Amino acid sequence: MLKINPALISGHALGLKLGGRNILENVNISVHDREIVTVIGPNGAGKSTLIKVMLGLIPQTSGHIHKRDDLRVGYVPQRFPVSPNVPLSVRRLLTLTHKADDLELQRTLAETGIVHLMNARVADLSGGELQRALLARALLRQPQLLVLDEPVQAVDFDGELKLYELISNIRKARGCGILMVSHDLHMVMAESDRVICLNGHVCCEGAPIAVQKSPEFSKMFGPKAAAMIAGYSHHHDHDHESHANSPYGDFKPGQDHKH
Amino acid sequence: MNFSILTEPFFVRALLAGLGIAIVAGPIGCFIVWRRMAYFGETLAHAGLLGVGVGLLFNVNITLGAVVAAILIALLLLALKRQQQVATDTLLGILSHTALALGIITIGLVTGAVTGHLDILFGDVLTVSKNDVIIIWIGAIAVLAVIAYLWRDLIAISVHEDLARAEGVNVPWVELVFLITMAAVTAFAMKIVGLLLITALTVIPAAAARRMANSPEAMAGWSIIFAALAAIFGLLLSALYGTIAGPSIVLGASFLFVLTLLKPQRN
Repeated sequence: MLKINPALISGHALGLKLGGRNILENVNISVHDREIVTVIGPNGAGKSTLIKVMLGLIPQTSGHIHKRDDLRVGYVPQRFPVSPNVPLSVRRLLTLTHKADDLELQRTLAETGIVHLMNARVADLSGGELQRALLARALLRQPQLLVLDEPVQAVDFDGELKLYELISNIRKARGCGILMVSHDLHMVMAESDRVICLNGHVCCEGAPIAVQKSPEFSKMFGPKAAAMIAGYSHHHDHDHESHANSPYGDFKPGQDHKH
Repeated sequence: MNFSILTEPFFVRALLAGLGIAIVAGPIGCFIVWRRMAYFGETLAHAGLLGVGVGLLFNVNITLGAVVAAILIALLLLALKRQQQVATDTLLGILSHTALALGIITIGLVTGAVTGHLDILFGDVLTVSKNDVIIIWIGAIAVLAVIAYLWRDLIAISVHEDLARAEGVNVPWVELVFLITMAAVTAFAMKIVGLLLITALTVIPAAAARRMANSPEAMAGWSIIFAALAAIFGLLLSALYGTIAGPSIVLGASFLFVLTLLKPQRN
């Protein structure tokens, strides 16, 4: 194995069978340094399952996973039910499995923009604040690979834009690879280096522009969606906030489409 | 009312035994509350009853029988959690009540009448021997040591199991050790509050502690204090008014919980 720049993590021909059902079939996926790879697909496509297989949380039925030696991974899971039963501060949430001093905590919380919430109760956080706390938690481990499963869930539209911006900044500042799951087609395209359309198997993959033009993508999400994304990514280059009040609504197929 | 009863050796022994159980019921109860395992605790207790029945049948120590049965059913549940045919709470319902039914039948067959064994169901703390007290305290210290050793991992798992596992916590191992600990506590507490009320002694003080605490450690500490106060309250009630001790202890815990409801919550 003499490769100049091996992937941080790669899965080869991954398959997963649960109760006789094929959840994943022959999935190949890899993430390199400084690369944002986004997995999209309809509900039930196996996106979160693929993430869990990659993280070793669910053993795959076939195929194998290769990780760079001593790979440090920061993980933000899809569901994070905050039980009101557990009395937990943000500080404590961040240091559950990783010890850190106050300075490190402050620096990392400042990076995700919630340094003022260090001593807040986790149960009191809004959806966006919780996602930022979980992101800070993952960053505290100085990850080479950041794994984000639906990082903008329970966040309003304006908050989504800001979170994606934050994720993009993290990649630039830290140079880590990012593996992200989203069902949220409109937002992922601008920042991703590679998009993988998953529906049990990999339907298509490549640069965002290439993917949205592929017939498989249209088949999966409909031609309208493909056109909307094109509209979005173009629009997004110019203006970050202007459509915050009109989510999705004003994107007609083909609008602003000049690629 | 006869206060001299409070200095009788049997009462002092009961108090020491009750306090010994309280210091483990506190933290164990917190994890039961955090991980929503109350029904699981009931199932262990019912398995303990089956263990008592089998112990009587083969003439072995009934505490040992209860520990072994509770551990076996804990392992069975751990193994069955992975299957997806039956929902976990349904599974608990099936196992729990099957164990209860089998336990009652076995005890009935062996002794002729279950009513002769109400102490197993409701505890018999006023008759504990000096040896019982020593065993309870050795057991309590051992359980506390195990919990202290696993503390950070247990809390990480309680907050988010997958995340803990992704971050290197050996979840199956921690879970196994915790379940065995819980099964052992169940069997020891059988003597104090009885199998029917063990879950109450763990869950109610922890629920009361939740309203007082801002960190997991503080909650465990308050939970121990409430469980100890409940034991003292119950034993006093029993000694002075002749009520059955086990249920009196649980009632003490419920009373404390209601008191904590009066505490205003900051918001």
